[in-house]
Amino acid sequence: MPNSDYDPACLPDLLPLYYRRLFPFSQYYRWLSYGGVTKNYFQNREFSFTLKDDIYVRYQSFSTQSELEKEMQKMNPYKIDIGAVYSHRPSQHNTVKTGAFQALEKELVFDIDMTDYDDVRNCCSAADICTKCWTLMTIAIRILDRALREDFGFRHLLWVYSGRRGVHCWVCDESARKLSVAARSAVAEYLSLVKGGEETVRKVALSDPIHPFISQSLTIVEHYFIDYAIKEQDILGTKESTDKVFALLPEDIRAELNSVFQKEKNPVKRWDKVKALIQLKRASLKKGSQYIEKEIMLQYCYPRLDVNVSKGVNHLLKSPFSVHPKTGRISVPIDLRELDRFDPFEVPTISLICEELDRPKTTEEEEEDERMKDKENEKEAGERRRIRDYKRTSLAKYVKVFDQFLDALARSRKGEMLKKSDLQKDF
Amino acid sequence: MQFGGKRKKLITNPQYELYGHCLQFYDKPPLENISLSEFETFAVERLRLLKTVENLGVSYVKTSEQYQKKLFAEFSNLNFPYKIEADDHKVQTGPTEHEKRRKDHISHFILRLAYCQTEDLRRWFIQQEMDLFRYRFNDLPPQLKTDFLHRNNLKYDMISTEEKNNLKEKLIHSSHAVSGVTLENQDFYKVPFQDALDLVRTRKVFLQGGYAYIPQQDIITIVLNDFRTRLSKALALTARSLPAVQTDERLQPLLNHLSHAYVGQDYSIQKNIGKISLEQIDSLSGKSFPLCMRQLHKALRENHHLRHGGRMQYGLFLKGIGLTLEQALQFWRSEFIKGKVDADKFDKAYAYSIRHMFGKEGKRTDYTPYSCMKVILSNPPSQGDYHGCPFRHSDPELLRQKLQSYKLSPSGINQILELVKGMHYQVACQKYFELTHNIEDSGFSLNHPNQYFIESQKVLGGGKEIKREAETVQKGTENTGSKTPSVSQQGSAQSAQVLGDMEALEAFFQDE
Repeated sequence: MPNSDYDPACLPDLLPLYYRRLFPFSQYYRWLSYGGVTKNYFQNREFSFTLKDDIYVRYQSFSTQSELEKEMQKMNPYKIDIGAVYSHRPSQHNTVKTGAFQALEKELVFDIDMTDYDDVRNCCSAADICTKCWTLMTIAIRILDRALREDFGFRHLLWVYSGRRGVHCWVCDESARKLSVAARSAVAEYLSLVKGGEETVRKVALSDPIHPFISQSLTIVEHYFIDYAIKEQDILGTKESTDKVFALLPEDIRAELNSVFQKEKNPVKRWDKVKALIQLKRASLKKGSQYIEKEIMLQYCYPRLDVNVSKGVNHLLKSPFSVHPKTGRISVPIDLRELDRFDPFEVPTISLICEELDRPKTTEEEEEDERMKDKENEKEAGERRRIRDYKRTSLAKYVKVFDQFLDALARSRKGEMLKKSDLQKDF
Repeated sequence: MQFGGKRKKLITNPQYELYGHCLQFYDKPPLENISLSEFETFAVERLRLLKTVENLGVSYVKTSEQYQKKLFAEFSNLNFPYKIEADDHKVQTGPTEHEKRRKDHISHFILRLAYCQTEDLRRWFIQQEMDLFRYRFNDLPPQLKTDFLHRNNLKYDMISTEEKNNLKEKLIHSSHAVSGVTLENQDFYKVPFQDALDLVRTRKVFLQGGYAYIPQQDIITIVLNDFRTRLSKALALTARSLPAVQTDERLQPLLNHLSHAYVGQDYSIQKNIGKISLEQIDSLSGKSFPLCMRQLHKALRENHHLRHGGRMQYGLFLKGIGLTLEQALQFWRSEFIKGKVDADKFDKAYAYSIRHMFGKEGKRTDYTPYSCMKVILSNPPSQGDYHGCPFRHSDPELLRQKLQSYKLSPSGINQILELVKGMHYQVACQKYFELTHNIEDSGFSLNHPNQYFIESQKVLGGGKEIKREAETVQKGTENTGSKTPSVSQQGSAQSAQVLGDMEALEAFFQDE
């Protein structure tokens, strides 16, 4: 087992190596230029860097891939954020008249952060996560991914582990990038079911008719609920956590359950009793509480979005492949086909991949090196070396996920272009 | 009915073509000459109408009967056209239908001029005009609705019966308006979801593959979307041609006053600045802060932290009651460093946003304190948040407990909860004001947390504050003047006259 223990103090030493030999610049550039269809799409994109000692530099922009590389290798940012595509180059935003400099487009983004689930997690709190509560992220991805694809018709979704306690989603379809602020907030609100702050106990309220989106989401939650909430989080286990659930129930059900729970200690059976009682009392329940068991399930498991991040076109979000300065983990794309097996603690840290780089090459790699050498004199020599470098580390499989995502984007772009030119031939 | 005769008239007189329907999309600007006094009356009356629309929208559900009744009353009161077909034959005492439509048309375009100047004004104007349009369209009989769509050339894609049957279950579960019985006779329109955002937002429509399937009776959403798009474009265009209008010194002060009147006071005027000391805040928060600010203050003292939404709402309120930037920095820093944030982190991560609030960073906007509307409608609190309106965003049970702990009488609490149930959050807050200040009738209409504070100080200080209030209003007028250096206050006699009238108008809005 390699020593992958990450020490934040080493970050200044590791970053130069990471940006020089490992960061997947060419894929990154390919992503953000979107086939170069729109003029200056990459050039007018805002990047912002967090440097040593929390120095924050906004409105960085770059005209080419190599300029981006050079700047990143020079500044060695602790953290990289991606902003909007603006009307002018962000680096020159001071030179244009105020009001003229405007955010035009950006991916539709979602930010789900584990801290927002603190009232329904028994295992950890705040920035801590464990494999138990990670299920919440899995559920969140399943629900949102389905809705964004099936309900909203988006096709190019990049899910990224944030590096610490949450996930991000980048919806990259052209139509998503062009959405107005109002449309973004409408989408985010359509997807939000859990509402209310510290002054609200019952955060999910369902009413007739149950919208197809909610039924579909419930199906997903039901799949995980018993194993995750009842067994692992043990929400009906201790007195304290049971009280929290009871707070969501009507008075008379609560009283009856109290006596039932005296005898019944098995949490799964306890949940059955809760359901049975609600079922029994359904007829006498007030209007507005007939869906109470569903509401409980949603309150404990439904994704909690930070709506403000999704709303703004100019809102910045941490870039994929950026390093999380606290954990050292790389912000990597998540392969949805392997989602249930995704383990945030297996995501490589910067120390691990830098170390893997120093390990002696296998014979296989040596041979490949030999083969490559002939072509090496050409201009892309540096580029090739970097490709082989990351392939020798645990970053490789995540870059591959990214590559597949980019290929799909390129394919649909090609499809669009064919369609367009076909249309033109009709005339 | 002499149809033949009328048609001839239509051809000869374009005015009739323009006002052929009681509702219009305001596609064509009026081209006639009108007198300055008519210009002013029209504008002021439409503004009153829009102001009513805004007030009713806060107090009532927009589809409720009361809302419609009250709005209707205002319509006839101000002589705006209301769903009657053009019928000039009927002898009427008041203005004819044609005159009303003309007024509707012209007044709309005048307010466009006044409300195109800033993003905030445009947003307000669009919002009110849309609410107005929604109300008027919804109230049309079906025949006139179809007629309206036809006249304005609005065509939307309908789905086939086959598609409708395939999606049957889903369509039924997506909308209140659809049931197994009615489905067969209902038409559904299929539009990109971007064109039906209000339905998408509230999950009142079936979505599939990026398309919204809209039942016939919700067609207003798409029409309204069209209306918004057009109006928003038109306002942007108007803004560009505004400099030409602004050279007319008769119109300039009038337009400025019209746009100034929309919010009444914005409580950003720094008259009280430096009159509050930090030591006073704890006691003031119990006596004179509205519940929302009291809640934020308590949360801040307890947790030594507030999230962004809370910092904005509370920070701007404090600025409004007179904290200086230095005081604000000191206030927030001393509280935050008692918690997890050390002084260094505070200076790096939080001090910027406080200076930003005071217009000292970024694009240097001097932000104004949030109004009740803004607190109630935008950015609802989520996990870990304490901001928002306690009457809107608390569970009734928790609210009851909280009010009990503040020693309100049980009957008072019941009254408040009753108002909350009816969604009259501001009225509930006003009730809270009356109960905590031991007065029968507060005599003002609450729409701003800072107004609450000022009124409370007035009551507690026994009228000492009244002088300050008078000064504030005067300052407000000066402000408007100084924003527009191109026109001097001592313009023609006429504009002075206009100014006088406008002050009366302002007083009217403040009285409300």
